[in-house]
Amino acid sequence: MRRAWYWISQQGLSTQSFYKTSGRLLPFITAGFLVLFLYGLIAGLFFAPADYQQGDGFRIIYVHVPSAFAAMAIYFCMTICAVLTLVWRIKIASLCLTASTSLGAGFTFLALVTGSIWGKPMWGTWWIWDARLTSVLILFFIYGGLIALQSIIANKQHRDRAVSLMTLVGAINLPIIHYSVIWWSTLHQGATLSLFSESLIAPAMLRPLLAMIAAFMLFYGMIVCLRMRNTILVTDMKTEWVKKVLQ
Amino acid sequence: MLLTLIRYDIIRTLRRGFSVVTPLLFFTMIICLFPFAIGDNARLIAPGIIWVAALLAVLLSIDTLFTKEWETGCLDHLLLSPYSLTQLVSIKLLSHWITYSLPLIIISPVLGLLLHLPPPVIKTLMITLLLGTPVLTLFGALGAALMIGIRENSVLLPILILPFYIPVLIFGTSAITTPGSLPLLGALLLFSIATLPFLITQALKIGVDT
Repeated sequence: MRRAWYWISQQGLSTQSFYKTSGRLLPFITAGFLVLFLYGLIAGLFFAPADYQQGDGFRIIYVHVPSAFAAMAIYFCMTICAVLTLVWRIKIASLCLTASTSLGAGFTFLALVTGSIWGKPMWGTWWIWDARLTSVLILFFIYGGLIALQSIIANKQHRDRAVSLMTLVGAINLPIIHYSVIWWSTLHQGATLSLFSESLIAPAMLRPLLAMIAAFMLFYGMIVCLRMRNTILVTDMKTEWVKKVLQ
Repeated sequence: MLLTLIRYDIIRTLRRGFSVVTPLLFFTMIICLFPFAIGDNARLIAPGIIWVAALLAVLLSIDTLFTKEWETGCLDHLLLSPYSLTQLVSIKLLSHWITYSLPLIIISPVLGLLLHLPPPVIKTLMITLLLGTPVLTLFGALGAALMIGIRENSVLLPILILPFYIPVLIFGTSAITTPGSLPLLGALLLFSIATLPFLITQALKIGVDT
């Protein structure tokens, strides 16, 4: 058992094997992203029925919900990477962590902006200090702090561990965001999608939404893989296998 | 040992001279800015003003918390000492809170009077500060611990730590108008006392290791 674990941490999770595996997977991820994204976009914008209250205005859901989902899912993924970095010092986990921060910040920003654009016609205001909005704004600030931290520390090991620790501390915000609509029921509506019970949305509207969520996550996976591969090539430049790859 | 260390730490801070009073002076001056900027209406938002000023004053006092220990190599010795670093860190934070935050709370009634706050509100304000400032100190110390060994850190610390100050601020100020928030503030305090000294220790180890 211990031997198997040792092999996984040394060989299975080495930068070289990650480079190989991700290279094989990337075309599929990209294709999946393109198919789902185009389907979600076209079906969501043209074929899904208009909402009986909001009219066509509700269609911003196809950008807003996926980006908000991605913002939180990326942070969750970063938290796992942070544990792997701090406890087992797995190299590709720290690579994934540092590659994810700016993407997460981008999706959070997108969620805030699209929410704001949605809020103006439906709620009558661009912004309100509602619990959900505030906690997502805090998430955006936390991402900002992490990016600042990782850009300022020069030593790579020091940087990875410091960012990991801060990521773990910030993870306390995730349950707060999730339960904010239940604990403080102010303006933002509760969850529409649920894993364990029937979703509160018509199937014709739901399918493009799920496709968009999956597309956003695949996009994240694609970009993170590309970034990690790039960093691996730079840091392992002196090794034989990189020289072979670059020839 | 506990009392000796606290006393030693406080004496050492006091011997640094004027720098002990700087956050207090900063606190007072920030609060005095608002009546000029907002005019008579400042009394309506007085608890919020005092809270924000206290938050900034704690942030100002905390960024050099571990710098001396780090520069003199004292931190390495503390790591090697038979006592647990978490304990030593907790003691240091307690003495920091006594020297820097307690004066803010003591002076806050006077500033509340300057802003025309009624006495019962001043009392609740002091209670919320009493419960809230330790949380500010704890989170600030986490930032300060991560900052050791980083050169240009003057703006980084607030950026890193302020997101975590927002909940404290929310509960602290809302407890003044709605008493139901006070237990939440207390819960936040207990939670941070239980977890943060350990995390601060880890942050210090990261800084020393690399």
